[in-house]
Amino acid sequence: MTTATTDTANTEISHDEHHGPATGFKRWLFTTNHKDIGSMYLWFAFIMFLTGGSMAMVIRAELFQPGLQIIDPDFFNQMTTVHGLIMVFGAVMPAFTGLANWMIPMMIGAPDMALPRLNNWSFWILPFAFSILLMSFFLGGAPNFGWTFYAPLSTTYSNGSTAFFVFAVHIMGISSIMGAINVIVTIMNMRAPGMTYMKMPLFVWTFFITAYLLIAVMPVLAGVVTMVLTDTYFGTSFFNAAGGGDPVMFQHIFWFFGHPEVYIMILPAFGIVSTTIPAFSRKKLFGYSSMVYATSSIAFLSFIVWAHHMFTTGMPLVGELFFMYCTMLIAVPTGVKVFNWMATMWRGSISFEVPMLFSIAFVILFTIGGFSGLMLAMAPVDFQYHDTYFVVAHFHYVLVTGSIFSIFAAAYYWLPKWTGFMFNETLAKTHFWCSLVSVNLLFFPMHFLGLAGMPRRIPDYALQFADFNMWVSIGGFAFGLSQLIFLAVVIKCIRGGEPALAKPWDGAEGLEWTVPSPAPYHTFSTPPKID
Amino acid sequence: MKGRNLGWLLLGTVFSSAAWAESKYNLTKGVTDVSHEVYDLHMLVLYICTVIGVIVFGAIFWSMFFHRKSRGYEAATFHESTKVEVLWTVIPIIILIAMAIPATKTLIDIENNEDSDLTILVTGSQWKWHYRYFDKDVEFYSVLSTPREQWDNLSGPGAEKGENYLLEVDKPLFIPINQKVRFLITSDDVIHAWWVAAFAVKQDAVPGFINEAWTIVNEPGVYRGQCAELCGKDHGFMPIVVEALPEAEFDAWIEEQKLAAIAAAEAEKASLAAMMTMDELMELGEATYVTYCAACHQVNGEGLPPTFPALKDSSIAVGDISEHINIVVHGKGGTSMQAFGKQLTLKEIAAVVTYERNAWGNNTGDAVQTADVKAAAGM
Repeated sequence: MTTATTDTANTEISHDEHHGPATGFKRWLFTTNHKDIGSMYLWFAFIMFLTGGSMAMVIRAELFQPGLQIIDPDFFNQMTTVHGLIMVFGAVMPAFTGLANWMIPMMIGAPDMALPRLNNWSFWILPFAFSILLMSFFLGGAPNFGWTFYAPLSTTYSNGSTAFFVFAVHIMGISSIMGAINVIVTIMNMRAPGMTYMKMPLFVWTFFITAYLLIAVMPVLAGVVTMVLTDTYFGTSFFNAAGGGDPVMFQHIFWFFGHPEVYIMILPAFGIVSTTIPAFSRKKLFGYSSMVYATSSIAFLSFIVWAHHMFTTGMPLVGELFFMYCTMLIAVPTGVKVFNWMATMWRGSISFEVPMLFSIAFVILFTIGGFSGLMLAMAPVDFQYHDTYFVVAHFHYVLVTGSIFSIFAAAYYWLPKWTGFMFNETLAKTHFWCSLVSVNLLFFPMHFLGLAGMPRRIPDYALQFADFNMWVSIGGFAFGLSQLIFLAVVIKCIRGGEPALAKPWDGAEGLEWTVPSPAPYHTFSTPPKID
Repeated sequence: MKGRNLGWLLLGTVFSSAAWAESKYNLTKGVTDVSHEVYDLHMLVLYICTVIGVIVFGAIFWSMFFHRKSRGYEAATFHESTKVEVLWTVIPIIILIAMAIPATKTLIDIENNEDSDLTILVTGSQWKWHYRYFDKDVEFYSVLSTPREQWDNLSGPGAEKGENYLLEVDKPLFIPINQKVRFLITSDDVIHAWWVAAFAVKQDAVPGFINEAWTIVNEPGVYRGQCAELCGKDHGFMPIVVEALPEAEFDAWIEEQKLAAIAAAEAEKASLAAMMTMDELMELGEATYVTYCAACHQVNGEGLPPTFPALKDSSIAVGDISEHINIVVHGKGGTSMQAFGKQLTLKEIAAVVTYERNAWGNNTGDAVQTADVKAAAGM
């Protein structure tokens, strides 16, 4: 039996080697190639990034001046909700999965992902999930209860969009779980001979740990949305106090998913800048093993801090203390990471190519987000910050200048490998500087708004918040427009340019640079040897 | 010389806490001992973060400037040091402990709800607050008083916005200063959060559960806050206004409220006997409708289906009168339709039902009287 299987497999491999990809639409629909699927994930993420971004533009247009000018409050709530859902599940997570697909097999010297058909499926169900979500706009109104969908606002008091929301989230969850299984199986089984765990690139490590987080918490999300579904349509009372349920229990379950989820969106970013910073500092990553341990400790701590999102829900004192201490503890491994990047740059030979610019901006701006995170961790002060723009500033610093900047760094770093051409550096630097200036104009004043007392998720505000809001909106429009430059850079780079060497960055290390640029359709059909 | 003085002035402004406290760039210091403690904690963490930031970013900028390839700098080869790793694990832990100690003290203080002088039940509902003073027989609803013309610019430029735009209510909550006031906070529908920054009090109002918070206000004054938890469409339109009065004035106010309640009960009785004309009913009905009903059912009666159904041509508004009255008085379970029996007088209910049955081309011609409401709703 075993022999037979091996024989078939061998025939298939040699068969494949003789021709490239299929042509036309079928290539993309039926592909099992990790590079094709990676590209599709990345394009999908970018389209979703623009979709969610245009919703942010609507929000900022409404908040440009006090008074309701453009949209009614209900539509405003739909915008904030769907913006959040799309950015989390449609933009950041698929972008990371796309990078994982493209790079993990090439970094560990594997010919493809371990489960290629699963890979195809986990991508292709995503467009359906988001179609369901976006369809709800035309069928009675989109979800308007915040991306955190707190019960009973999302159950008893929902606007009829709950079913769309729940089914969309279920499909996204299935896709994420399948993607995560694929990453784990690939890394465990397909590393090139000699590549021990502690020799893996840190990029691979962070995706490995992220995949475990996904497998652990996505089923929890599936559970909680199912309870929301039955509470809304089948008369159960999980979160309905009148029927013996508990609305706060919803928040416990949701944040048990939600907190690891935020690390799912940042750990891969740590992996990316741990790849780029050494490359452009021309110096090995400082403290590789401590980076691995720090990543693992952050992942572990992420499971025992969830209720710091809920300090005002009326938890007992002991609970508040426990979650406050654990949350503050996260600053330790996160600090280790930041210090290690700092030490990697220290006495390096630094140059400022575009991926490096985004990586340095990442380290500094993510750290600012980390500082506000530490402030939020202090329960007594959190009573003042909670649900204000201070929180909005915090999580946009870690998600936009954190995760999304790291994704840009990764895209610029590997674009020559993906396309075979160098990107237009002037245009790319314009993208960086426009993004950097506008993103800070967009998010920094939000700290002040929050401290001055502006609650989040409101469509209109008191007059003392007016001038900051205007600056924030201007920053928002500028940041939104700047992303079109990125689109231009990528399209230009795909269509041509200066041919890229196999290793276009002189300080880069790793197996992906041993294959030609653009990377051939099939790489590492025979595994390389690592000593 | 002049320039230097200006420099010191600027530095002094940036770093003196006094100037920071009431600036629009910073958290309010508030008017209670707890809010002062919270403010000090906030500043402590802010300063610690600033120092760490200066060191880390300083080192990064230093290497960006001096250790760059374009200056011909050769990369060093070091890439690990257990000593350094231990150092930058242990030092942050010590700093964190130094932060956790005052935070724990303040938290214990905040959670000590015992020995209060006055207890007030705060109930949130979409989108208003209800206050009930325990043992005092005083209770009332508190709703946004900013006129619609000021915030609704969707159909035109709207009216000029007032000083306390969106932060003003018809009936503020009055509390005495120098007394421990305990708030019991709950909700009738979705989760809200009662927040007054000047007291450093923010507690979720959870339906079916009662949360506690307390404050001792040191200075008389008017303090404004807002609902802090997304609670649906008009989440941005349910402000909180608290007026802290000296004790004697507060007691006088309570007495006044009790007399007012008796007077209102008598007026209610009198209105039962009175017959109102259609014009009177429609006028009062329209005013009541705009204040209490239009947020959901809209001024034009078309609602926002499916959550908030239209009243225009609706089977209820042109159907059986007593059913119509019942739904206004008792609300409809499992939906956003509240029970208005407690919030409105019988006369207002009669007027608003009349209005709904005759506005927007509903033209039933029914004039509902106060006595009809009492009879139909069994009040």
